[in-house]
Amino acid sequence: MALGRASEARLGAPRTETLYANAGWCAAGIAILIAAPFFVYPLFLIKLLCMALFAVAFNLLIGGGGLLSFGHAAFFGGAAYIAAEAAKVWGLPFEVAVLAGTATATALGWLFGVIAIRRHGLYFAMITLALAQGVYFLALRLPFTHSEDGIQAVPRGRLLGMIDLRSDIAMYCTVAVIFVLGYVFVWRVWRSPFGQVLRAIKDNRQRMISLGYPVDRYALINFVLSAALSGVAGSLKAITLGLATLNDVDWSMSGEVVLMVLLGGMGTLFGPVVGAVITVAMDDYLAGIGVPVPAVIGAIFIVVILVFRRGVVGETLHLMSRFGRGEGSPDAAMTAEAISDRPDGSSR
Amino acid sequence: MSDDTVLELRGVEGAYGESRVLHGVDLAVCRGEIVTLVGRNGAGKTTTLRAVMGILRRRSGSVRLMSVETVGLPPERIARLGVGYVPEERGIFASLNVIENLLLPPRLKPGGLTLDEIYGLFPHLKERAATGGSRLSGGEQQMLAIARVLRTGADFLVLDEPTEGLAPVLVAQIGTVLEAIRRKGLTVLLVEQNFRFAARIADRHYVMESGRVVDMIARAEIEQKMPTLEAYLGI
Amino acid sequence: MSANALFGQLLLGLINGSFYAMLSLGLSIIFGLLGIINIAQGAFYMLGAFVAWILLTRFGIGYWPALVLAPLAAGLVGVAIERTIIRRIYQLDHLYGLLLTLGIFQVMQGLFVYWYGTAGLSYPYPGALTGGHNIGFMFLPNYRAWVVVASLAVCFGTWYAIERTRLGALLRAATENPTLVRAFGINVPLLVTACFGGGVALAGLAGVLAAPIYQVNPLMGGNIIITVFAVVVIGGLGSVLGSIVTGLALGLLEGLSKVFYPEASSMVIFAMMIVVLMLKPAGLFGAER
Repeated sequence: MALGRASEARLGAPRTETLYANAGWCAAGIAILIAAPFFVYPLFLIKLLCMALFAVAFNLLIGGGGLLSFGHAAFFGGAAYIAAEAAKVWGLPFEVAVLAGTATATALGWLFGVIAIRRHGLYFAMITLALAQGVYFLALRLPFTHSEDGIQAVPRGRLLGMIDLRSDIAMYCTVAVIFVLGYVFVWRVWRSPFGQVLRAIKDNRQRMISLGYPVDRYALINFVLSAALSGVAGSLKAITLGLATLNDVDWSMSGEVVLMVLLGGMGTLFGPVVGAVITVAMDDYLAGIGVPVPAVIGAIFIVVILVFRRGVVGETLHLMSRFGRGEGSPDAAMTAEAISDRPDGSSR
Repeated sequence: MSDDTVLELRGVEGAYGESRVLHGVDLAVCRGEIVTLVGRNGAGKTTTLRAVMGILRRRSGSVRLMSVETVGLPPERIARLGVGYVPEERGIFASLNVIENLLLPPRLKPGGLTLDEIYGLFPHLKERAATGGSRLSGGEQQMLAIARVLRTGADFLVLDEPTEGLAPVLVAQIGTVLEAIRRKGLTVLLVEQNFRFAARIADRHYVMESGRVVDMIARAEIEQKMPTLEAYLGI
Repeated sequence: MSANALFGQLLLGLINGSFYAMLSLGLSIIFGLLGIINIAQGAFYMLGAFVAWILLTRFGIGYWPALVLAPLAAGLVGVAIERTIIRRIYQLDHLYGLLLTLGIFQVMQGLFVYWYGTAGLSYPYPGALTGGHNIGFMFLPNYRAWVVVASLAVCFGTWYAIERTRLGALLRAATENPTLVRAFGINVPLLVTACFGGGVALAGLAGVLAAPIYQVNPLMGGNIIITVFAVVVIGGLGSVLGSIVTGLALGLLEGLSKVFYPEASSMVIFAMMIVVLMLKPAGLFGAER
């Protein structure tokens, strides 16, 4: 059920204060992106941005469409493998390799979507899981993936034939730009009429059906978009970090992206980014001090589900709106529980 | 009405989620009585019964059952005070057969009917003992729903629309069963849309409207208060 | 392929099928009453195997007592988890339940990986069951025969308990209409806790049975749970008989495909799951809810 601020999205034209506030947030975001490599290793930031993009892509589906997919690793990892192969074995330039990976993810997304889209809730999650397992087994068996070893030493190549991407800074800038483009893309989709219809479907599917909307087609398009963007993230990850492995297509990767989005805040635009940052940073930090990372992350997951379901950003916005603020940010329009708090009766 | 009071509601408020349905219900039922709740659809009769049984989550006020305050208690504790519930939808479990349905509610107090006594009152059930719960007709389901609480020894029965959707011959049978229940000295609170049926068997009637009890009519007063009643019930 | 090899694979398939059946049985029961798909079932399977291993290496307690103690331990842990964590989310969408059990699974698996690494630990065959018999068309190892017999006994015993006993009737009724069952005076929350404990104890038992055959490994739960999901979905969520029959059948199918088309054997079950989900989403034995 969408809370409160959804009304802003439905009105369409943003008010002037909103425009200024948006500009403010954007400037802040870009400033952070520019300043970050002075404080943090660019390679770490690259990893962060790839996962953040993956989380944002995943959120399109769950936050925007209210559907939980348990198989997004297929898009992320599938694209990773193809991009890696394209860059390393086919010798394609950077942009083309990323495009190849993305195209693969898009095609897979369309295939999965067509099969799964008519189901909801638990069944949808199970179908996507099964389909992703199919991709996993393919990755295990196909010769070019080298199963356990994965594809290693993937070259970064040159951006547009000119900029040598072996420099971490150059790579970072490229990834940052792509990330921003992806983020803005999702933002525009959410604010568009398409996004409004999606939200309406999530709120009250039956009503939209009776109004004559082809709800399945909207859901399918949204699913494919989510898959495609996940593919961008996967391709970037493979090329920047130089590796495509079975881990990228494993169901634990699907679980991890769910965690990121839940932790950061489903249904908020910025939430997944926050969730990704927290998860990746924690992964890194905790691994350094010898703590069982997956166990800790699992524990946090449990706590989030029990008491903190709106996620970091969601809870913050909720608190802010309770004190009468939070009108201006683009997220205010999207604060919503992707999975409703009442049993929706779909599987019982 | 003191120790003889089996049930007493005072200022009971109840809600489903955000929508309030009961706005302060007051009523009492004494031992051995048959009392009905009448009123139009949506007056809050079923909700009141749910509040009594403890299955209405949001309830407040005071519900004293057998001198025990039950507003904060879970349904299983309330039932164990000796209450038998026959819900409006009858609640016959489809995944159980007739005999399993019959034996499901545990014995709450001594004095419940034996299986033979039950078959005596409800002969059809004996023939259908192994039938699946979903295969019974409406009338058979109703009989089964009543039979199984009679077996438990509950001395306070709560029935929601027992004659709903039944043919006249079955309605008459339910009447007979209720008379037998009265002779046993059990106390009954029932919701009944069929006022003619209610008038025949009940000692008192509480009229509900918009989540409140607006009137109480004793058996003797019925004829004289008929016009008021008709206004309340919209007949 | 020789007859011996063929039947050997089929037996292995039957054994896998037995584990699938036991795990999906627990999963089905839990889903029926709680409405949650318990991903952590895999972790309890692993827990059962580890408890058996720890009992042996730390306390010198052998296989036969472990068959009782390990499921008991798993059940107790399950009860504790249900009481403290799981019962808080019953009023939410079922997807939250799935995610919660995912978190629980990750914690359990993560802890054991942390304590014991990812290399497998071996667990010896119980003395009484070493060796085997030649039954004409194949050599039948005693322990494997035992696993199949024990699993079948447990599965059908559970089925009998649910379909033919009063406790089973309570469970079935509470699955259908928990509120009314409470209104009859039955402590349904307690029943739910016991059900969860029982369901995961079944997983723990499967773990002990599996310990000598597969190595005891913190990752063993994750490997098997995904396949078990497919089994449960194909058989029908909440159907007891469906889980048993489907588990066994799919194990056999997997074994069979290993004989004739090994590359596809792991995919066979998932392909079936997709087909069933598209044609009969309630599962082969399930009833549309």
